[in-house]
Amino acid sequence: MMMEISARRRVTNAVMLSLSGICTLLVIGVLFFILGYLLWEGARSLNLDFFTKLPKPSGETGGGMANAIVGSGKVLLIATLIGVPIGFLAGVFLAEYSGKMFAFTLRYTVDLLNGVPSIVVGIVAYALVVRPMGHFSALAGGVALGIMMIPIAVRTTEEFLRSVPNSMREGAMALGATKAKTIFTVVVPAAISGLLSGMMLNLARVAGETAPLLFTALGNMFWSHGWLQPIATLPVMIYNYALAPDEDLHQQAWAAGFVLLALVLVINITARLIIARGAAGLRR
Amino acid sequence: MATPQRQVLSESTMPPPASDVIDPVKTHAVCKLKATSLNFYYGSFQALHDISIDISSNKITAFIGPSGCGKSTFLRTMNRMNEALRNTRVEGDLRLDNEDLFSINVTDVRRRVGMVFQKSNPFPKTIFDNVAYGLRVNGIRKKSVIEGAVEKSLQRAALWSEVKDKLHKPASALSGGQQQRLCIARALAVEPEVLLLDEPCSALDPIATLKIEELLFQLKTLTTIVIVTHNMQQAARLADYTGFFLLGKLIEFDDTKKIFQNPSKKETEDYVTGRFG
Repeated sequence: MMMEISARRRVTNAVMLSLSGICTLLVIGVLFFILGYLLWEGARSLNLDFFTKLPKPSGETGGGMANAIVGSGKVLLIATLIGVPIGFLAGVFLAEYSGKMFAFTLRYTVDLLNGVPSIVVGIVAYALVVRPMGHFSALAGGVALGIMMIPIAVRTTEEFLRSVPNSMREGAMALGATKAKTIFTVVVPAAISGLLSGMMLNLARVAGETAPLLFTALGNMFWSHGWLQPIATLPVMIYNYALAPDEDLHQQAWAAGFVLLALVLVINITARLIIARGAAGLRR
Repeated sequence: MATPQRQVLSESTMPPPASDVIDPVKTHAVCKLKATSLNFYYGSFQALHDISIDISSNKITAFIGPSGCGKSTFLRTMNRMNEALRNTRVEGDLRLDNEDLFSINVTDVRRRVGMVFQKSNPFPKTIFDNVAYGLRVNGIRKKSVIEGAVEKSLQRAALWSEVKDKLHKPASALSGGQQQRLCIARALAVEPEVLLLDEPCSALDPIATLKIEELLFQLKTLTTIVIVTHNMQQAARLADYTGFFLLGKLIEFDDTKKIFQNPSKKETEDYVTGRFG
């Protein structure tokens, strides 16, 4: 009897172990397949023209996405200028000022906002910016992505400020600092590496968003001057080129995907380095 | 604004007066802080019951008592730090130089009544910026003034010789004892009239503790010192006066010698002789 039970247990154990092992391999496999395929196709299609030239009219081969690279940069800049200050200050309020009940409500609302599908955020930006202005623009795209950045900015700020020990706040207040001075001269500097990297990861997260840009920034085959014209961005370029019948355009879409991935990767790694350095600074 | 204590503080180059000049028992001590019928509540829990006490100027006053007896709460009432906590309430009268403490602007109270905490809490800034912090938040911008005050404070905290070559290194690079002396220097930089210390040595080894005790002994010529301690020997060594707290009440307050050698209350005797609990 004893032998039987332990044998059954051994079999169950072996089955479960191999099942979870296989699933893990599957996950890693899919991930590496995507990365590898993108690397292979993307790197192969990449050349100097991609970074320096404008897209060619349909039918012609060659050309590049210089305008989309700059365009993505401009839209992300607007998004950062909108999302980070709003999210940061709301996060400061949440962590340092608000009472328990209000904090709970605010946090819940922010989490809901975080769960709003990006296409819906796009519609909101369309209604708020595109409709009144009468045309698509970099600004509208930036507003859409900026709104998407707010929830993570709020929660990141809240979390990193809460991780600053209360003794720091008391130390500053015991020297005659007001609450606001305490927050901005002691608490925020103490959390700065976490805040910076959190905001960068936030930026990396929206850098690949496509849906909200389709009907806000729209796209542009030429240079977009200023902030109020339709503008090309990498994700929308990928979307358009991938749907096109032309094999040359498919190659360009792969290259754009590769560049976008590299961009996100660089932001990610920089953010992690900032965190690591901040942690080392605290340990010293 | 310039009270006698603050004048003494600015004449730092003067040698400290010999200790017999200000003998606590012989001279009639000036009352610096006076509490009358002070009650304190955390929500519905009453943490302090009817505390009345005179804290003498330029003396060291120690509070002893078991954990949770209210001594730290009372200390934190004296610079109104407890106001930062939600859902707390204070009743009764508290006077600093005979001025109602609760009618003074709270940031002024905290500048005049400095505080050093149980766990050293240097800001994640350089040593220099830590000491300069209090001056800067109080609106002092002039570089030469700040530099002078930083050096003076670090010397008073007996830390100058150890840090003068690394003022612009992060404060976290210092040892635990050095960090606590840095926090004392930081508190001294704004020239407080009263310095509150909440178990300042509880995380330190005996050598670092001794250094802080020597330091406090010298500092009482400059400022009034109130220290909360769990270490009864420390109170006996340091303090001119000692108060014994139990369950939120100030059981007995007297000359340190009397408290430790001939207390008048049974509870005090039980505690100082180790028979408590």
